[in-house]
Amino acid sequence: MTTAPAQAGWRFKQPSVIPGFGLTLGFSLAYLTLIILIPLSGLIWRSAALGWTDFWAIAVDRRTLNALETSFGTAFIAAVVNVVFGTLVAWVLVRYRFPGRRIVDAMVDLPFALPTAVAGIALTTLYAPNGWIGKLLMPLGLKVAYTPLGIVIALIFIGLPFVVRTVQPIMEEIDKEVEEAAATLGANRFQIITRVLFPGLAPAIITGFSLAFARGVGEYGSVIFIAGNLPYKSEIAPLLIVIRLEEYNYPAATAIAAIMLALSFLMLLVVNLVQTWSRKRYG
Amino acid sequence: MEVRVANVRKEFERFPALHDVSLDIKSGELIALLGPSGSGKTTLLRLIAGLERPTKGAIFFGDEDASQKSIQERNVGFVFQHYALFRHMTVADNIGFGLKVRHGPTRPPAVEIRRRATELLDLVQLSGLEKRYPAQLSGGQRQRVALARAMAIEPKVLLLDEPFGALDAQVRRELRRWLREIHDATGHTTVFVTHDQEEALELADRVVVMSQGRIEQVGTADDIYDRPNSPFVYGFIGESSSLPVKVDNGEIWLADRPIGLAAPDAPSGEATLYFRPHDVELLDGCSGCIAGTVAASRRVAGTRRVELEIGGERQRVEIELPVDHPAAQKSRVAFRPGRWKLFPTANSA
Repeated sequence: MTTAPAQAGWRFKQPSVIPGFGLTLGFSLAYLTLIILIPLSGLIWRSAALGWTDFWAIAVDRRTLNALETSFGTAFIAAVVNVVFGTLVAWVLVRYRFPGRRIVDAMVDLPFALPTAVAGIALTTLYAPNGWIGKLLMPLGLKVAYTPLGIVIALIFIGLPFVVRTVQPIMEEIDKEVEEAAATLGANRFQIITRVLFPGLAPAIITGFSLAFARGVGEYGSVIFIAGNLPYKSEIAPLLIVIRLEEYNYPAATAIAAIMLALSFLMLLVVNLVQTWSRKRYG
Repeated sequence: MEVRVANVRKEFERFPALHDVSLDIKSGELIALLGPSGSGKTTLLRLIAGLERPTKGAIFFGDEDASQKSIQERNVGFVFQHYALFRHMTVADNIGFGLKVRHGPTRPPAVEIRRRATELLDLVQLSGLEKRYPAQLSGGQRQRVALARAMAIEPKVLLLDEPFGALDAQVRRELRRWLREIHDATGHTTVFVTHDQEEALELADRVVVMSQGRIEQVGTADDIYDRPNSPFVYGFIGESSSLPVKVDNGEIWLADRPIGLAAPDAPSGEATLYFRPHDVELLDGCSGCIAGTVAASRRVAGTRRVELEIGGERQRVEIELPVDHPAAQKSRVAFRPGRWKLFPTANSA
C-alpha cells in the first residue's frame, strides 16, 4: 500500500484461484475476431484491391475530404456540446429531488431507443424554415435544417444519453463530505466545482465524450434527413459511402470506410491514453 | 478561541435532533462529545462548523456571533470520519488547498504554501510523502493528512467527527496519543466526537456526555466516572449494575430487607440503586447486605465476573470477585456496594 508496485515490462495478469482464465480469454478473443476483426479486415482487404494510387486519389478527392471534415467536425462539436449539457443534466438528476425526476431520467434514454430516422424526420420538421423552431430562427438569419448546423443538432440529440449515462453513476458516488471539507477550508461554490468536483469527474466525462463522438461520426439515419446532403457542404462520410455503394463502386466505398476507420481508431486511442493517464493520477 | 453554544435547538424536518443545548468551551481546551448514535453529538459538531444552521439559538466564537457567518468565513478546521481527502490531488496539494483558494492579499505565495505543507507534514509525521496521492496511503496516514489539511488554514477551532472511527484498534490507540501531543503542541481549541468512552475519557480535558439530543453531563474524566449525575451516564460510562429498591426513612430496602445502606437525604419511595461491579465489599454473613445465588460466572482478565440472581424476582446483577474466590455455581454470595448512587425511579430515563 505504501509503495507503488514495480512494473517490469509486460506481464500476463496472474490468474486467480478461480479457474476459467484460459477459457474466458480464448472465448473473448474468438468472439471479438468473429464480430469485429473479420468484418473490418474484409473492409481493409476490399479497399486494398484498389491499389495505392487509386486509393490515394479517392482519399484526397475534394468531395471525400469535405465529407470527412463534415463528419468529424460536426461529431466533435456535438460531443463538446453534449459534454457540457449532458454533465449538467446528470448533475440535476443526481443532486436534486423534484416531481417528475424519474420521467426526465427515463427521457434521457429515448435517443437510444428511438429509430434514428424518426428522430431525423422529427428534427427536420421542427428546424425546417417553416417548422416551429426554424420559423423563429429564420428572422435571425439562422438556417439550421439542410446545413452542417442541422447535422450538429441531430448528433447532439443522438449523443446526449452517452454522456449522461457515463457521468451519472460517478457523480452519484461523490462523497458529500468532500464538498463539505472544501467549504470548511474556505472554497466557494465555484472553486468547489472547478477544483474538487470536476477533476474527479474528468475520466467519466472523457469516456462520455468519446462515446458520443464515436457515435456521432458513424451516425447515418437521423443526419441524412436534416443535412440536406449537399456535396462539398453538408454531406457526411457515411452518406458518401452509401452513394458509392449505390453506384456499385465498392472499392471507393470501402476506401472511404477504411479512412474513417483509421481516423476513428486513432482518436479513440488518444482518448483512451488520456483516460489511462487520468485514472493513474486520480487512482 | 472560546466557543459558546447558547441555547441551540436543531430540528430536521420537525424532528428535533438537539433540544436547547448550551455549552461553554474554553480557549485551548480539548473537548470530547460522547454519546450513543442518535444522541446529537455529530449534529452539535456540524452546527459549530456551520455545516448546519441552528433552528434556534446561536453559536459564538469569542464575542462574535458565528451563526451569522457562512462556513467559508468561520475558519474552522473539520476532520471527517472517512477522511474526505481530495483524491485527485497529491498530499501536498490537499494540505495547501485551504490556502490556495484564498483571494487577493490573504493568499500566501506558492512557495510559502509549499513550505507550510512540508512543515505540517513534519508535524503529523509524514515527511517525504508530499507527492503521494491519497489512494497510496493507509487509513491512519490519510487521517493524518486530513488533520494537517484542517490545520493549514490556522483554524479558530479544530473539529473532528469520529476521527478514528474507521481505523483498527491498534492504529487508533496510537493516533489517540499522537492527537493529544499535537494538541498540546499547537494549542488549538479542539472538539471531537466519539462513541468510544475509553477514547473520550483518556484524551479529553472535559467530556460532554450526550443522550437523545440533550447534554447529560459535562465534566472531567473523574467527574464523569466517579460522580455520574444521571442514570444514563451511570449506565453509559463504564460498567454498572442496578437494582430496584425502596427508600424508607432514609434506609434502603431491597424487597423486604434493609441492605445496610443509609440515604438520609433521599425522598421515600421507589428508586434504583446503581453501583460499579468492581466496587463492592464481600461479606460473610448477611444482615444488612445484598445476597444472591451465582447464575453465571466468567473470567475477565484479572478478575472473575459473576452474575447473581437476587431475591424472589431473580433480579440479575453483575459483580466482580477475586479469581481465587470459592464462589462456584449456585453458591450464595453476599456483598454491599462500596460507592453507589440512588436515582428516584419516577425521574429515571
